[in-house]
Amino acid sequence: MDILTLFIIVPIITIIALVFSKGLERSRVVSMIGSIVQLGMAINLMFAYFKERAVNTDIMVFTKDLVWFKNFNIHYNIGVDGISVALILLTAIVVLAGVFISWKTSELPKEFFISLIVLSLGVYGVFISIDLFTLFVFFEIAVIPMYLLIGIWGSGPREYSAMKLTLMLMGASAVLLVGILGIYFNSNADGGALTFNILDIAQVHIPLAAQKLFFPFVFVGFAVISALFPFHTWSPDGHASAPTAVSMLHAGVLMKLGGYGVFRVAMFLLPAGALHWSWFFIILAAIGVVYGAFSAIRQTDLKYINAYASVSHLGLVLFALLTLNKIAWNGAIIQSLSHGLLTALFFALIGMIYGRTHTRDINKLGGMMKILPFIGAIYVITGLAYLGLPGFSGFVAEMNIFVGAFQQNADTFNRVLTILVVSSIVVTSVYILRLVGKIMMGPLETNDVTDLPKATWYEKTGILLLMLPVIGIGVAPFWLSEMIMKSLEPFIQGVL
Amino acid sequence: MNFSSFLLMRQEILLLTIILLLVVAEISISQSKKQSIVHLAIFLFGIHTIVGFFTIETSSLFGGMFHTNNLIHFFKNVLNVGVFILLLQSADWLQEKVVDEKKGAEFFILLFSSLLGMYFMISSGDFLMFYLGLELSTLPVAALAAFEVTKRISSEAGIKLILSAALASGVSLFGISMLYATSGSIYFQDIALIISSTNLTILGFVLFFAGLAFKISLVPFHFWTADVYEGAPISVASYLSVISKGAAVFILMILLFTVLKPLMHVWENIIYVIALATMFTGNLFALRQQNMKRFLAFSSIAQAGFILLGLITGTQLGTATIIYFVLIYIFSNLAAFGVVQAISLKTGKENMNDYEGLYRTNPNLSLVMMLALFSLAGIPPVAGFFGKFFLFTAAASEGYYLLVFLAVVNVTISLYYYLLVVRAMFLRTSDQAIPYFKNKLYMRLGLLVTVVGILVLGLYSPLYDYIFELSKNLN
Repeated sequence: MDILTLFIIVPIITIIALVFSKGLERSRVVSMIGSIVQLGMAINLMFAYFKERAVNTDIMVFTKDLVWFKNFNIHYNIGVDGISVALILLTAIVVLAGVFISWKTSELPKEFFISLIVLSLGVYGVFISIDLFTLFVFFEIAVIPMYLLIGIWGSGPREYSAMKLTLMLMGASAVLLVGILGIYFNSNADGGALTFNILDIAQVHIPLAAQKLFFPFVFVGFAVISALFPFHTWSPDGHASAPTAVSMLHAGVLMKLGGYGVFRVAMFLLPAGALHWSWFFIILAAIGVVYGAFSAIRQTDLKYINAYASVSHLGLVLFALLTLNKIAWNGAIIQSLSHGLLTALFFALIGMIYGRTHTRDINKLGGMMKILPFIGAIYVITGLAYLGLPGFSGFVAEMNIFVGAFQQNADTFNRVLTILVVSSIVVTSVYILRLVGKIMMGPLETNDVTDLPKATWYEKTGILLLMLPVIGIGVAPFWLSEMIMKSLEPFIQGVL
Repeated sequence: MNFSSFLLMRQEILLLTIILLLVVAEISISQSKKQSIVHLAIFLFGIHTIVGFFTIETSSLFGGMFHTNNLIHFFKNVLNVGVFILLLQSADWLQEKVVDEKKGAEFFILLFSSLLGMYFMISSGDFLMFYLGLELSTLPVAALAAFEVTKRISSEAGIKLILSAALASGVSLFGISMLYATSGSIYFQDIALIISSTNLTILGFVLFFAGLAFKISLVPFHFWTADVYEGAPISVASYLSVISKGAAVFILMILLFTVLKPLMHVWENIIYVIALATMFTGNLFALRQQNMKRFLAFSSIAQAGFILLGLITGTQLGTATIIYFVLIYIFSNLAAFGVVQAISLKTGKENMNDYEGLYRTNPNLSLVMMLALFSLAGIPPVAGFFGKFFLFTAAASEGYYLLVFLAVVNVTISLYYYLLVVRAMFLRTSDQAIPYFKNKLYMRLGLLVTVVGILVLGLYSPLYDYIFELSKNLN
């Protein structure tokens, strides 16, 4: 079995094992083992990738190509580059942390973990696919478990949120389908056969008219899942209603599929379309960044704050991608990783606070540092990393994005937008610092909460799993940057 | 007629034999052992289904009135498999409710007669045979729809079906007569050579098309659907929505892609409009349905709209994707109807809000239902996704991007109401949830086959390749 297909096989085995396990105890142990194996595989993949990259200069390595539907030229075609490897690693970390955080899921635990693993299976599938059709299949597989995850185990208006989220995301992927078909039927523009293979299509000169026509379909199809303004409305509701681990996985991993798809499919295959449309979508992305940040200031529910912050930060990823600049792109990928870890951390912490105090209203919380020192300290660190303090991953990402967006061959239009977007950093500081000041440092709101249970071992493990890479990327970003930069080369040749 | 021509008609002859055997069995089996007729019929039909899988030569009989090839043979096999699953799912209902009323054999005889009519319809080489097949396939179903004579609603369904079907086939016949008037022949081969787009031909075609559109329940010929489905016994509703619709789609495809190909510039516009009308009407009406049978009725109207996306192409790709989609649709819809049938039989409940909390009490049934609905909605990795994706691909290959776009909008709308059922079963909990019950062997088998189909048909690509090869016979 090759190293990448294992990322499909292991989740499937985990799911089968879960089907036959009864009760919470068994289910969580099975999913923990499954996720640990996945993380091990992801780390192994990273080292294997470095080794392979030294001798192999192909765009994608570890490729494998099996014919699936031969009449449509659909293949099961997999391979990774540095970007996918980094994102796979992120996924593995967040999934394992998610399993730890959901250690106490009491209602239908088996079904919960199965849905969680199905979601991760879809995400892995997207990251390893080179074939547009398989990519699309995995993309939808990743989205649909969200309905059950939010609907069954969520809180608040869960049915409404679950339905809204599913319909908006599936609607987006339906739009994406039109775009993919458009690409497919133009993939023979240079005379070859019709193909779904991304690498082959990238070599084809798709007619300009087709590129202009289909770029919005593909872009919007992917960007909705990254909460592109004005299609972001599913995100705050969805996050607020979702159970903790699902929020983590969703904001941490699933929303990254959008940026990844924009980058890997929309921009790579339709570069002229990207040039033609970037001015329009970059305005939407910039609005998303600023709007998300300002909305976060006004929220009083911890989860809503974080959800809007995600809209803002992922808007930044889309913004960076649309500047069509190498350094900014590097920043966009690092931002994806950094935001994935940090937002997962935030949601995990919010879940822990909520589990103890039974409120997420910041007006009812205060002085948590006194009663929950571990959670409080991590919360403060996460907050600082989130607003881009040097030494953490957020700084590296945003630095790259803004330097790139402003510096190289940027015209006045892009620079004005960049300045506008940079202002969001200030707003981010406002809501993060206010939050930390109020609920962590402020006076105790009530006296009857002084004896809240301390963080348990599984919670601490989950938190540390997420915290270590944040610091790792912040302190030593070079290895990651290099891995990403090298993989960006072929894209830059294609697009810029 | 020599032996080899018997072999060419073996599906028809075998089915006719089964019908006659059942008549004999009905007379000879004593009243106390009448239950065994159900076993006997399922057993015989199972053999019939298996025998159908042997390949057949391309040939025609009776001076071109009846012709057959591997593709047509495959159509019949698809229908056979559908009917076989249907029989498995209806066995319990028949044993518990129908046999006691001394109508066990009748059910099978009527059902198989209707199927026989479909065989002749699909195999027809001229309009006379086609019309005979059409009538034979419709009339017994009307009797079946009114099968539960004690229920007013069932009789009403039967009357509604027979009246509207008679009108539809009359209109169709009128159209055929016009086609005959302009071309001077009722043989498909001759018509294909002579036909040209004069006004009378087009009028004839439109009237003829209306008759078949009625059977597929395309908008605006769909008004009978929901009422008949609601009133008829579930097995019959399921038969109407799956087998009857599938057969009509097949023959419509054969006629459009071969005989009426010269009129393509006319019918592609008609189908474009009807496809949109059907998808939107089916989906929008399904949104508010509470009764599961009505719900599935509108869902099946919407599905018929999707099928038209393949029909509009007129190519081999279109043929292959339609057959593939119909095959998958048969499995998905039968799974959904099977669950409705099982629940209705045990508890008599048919409304969506009766399904609340079903997963907590009957997890397996809920999972089958969820898979079926996901397949109907087109969510990977279940088969429905592949069926829909390929249909859209076929339409896009001819440049109908706008139509595909509007179709995917419809897919999203349909996802909403399919999720409503999932919501009732999985998200809600209820004090009056349907208590746990165990299905009998036949029902479990019937559901199992559909689930395997839903899971495997999409992922197993050689099947599609095989269908694609077969489709060459048509284009």
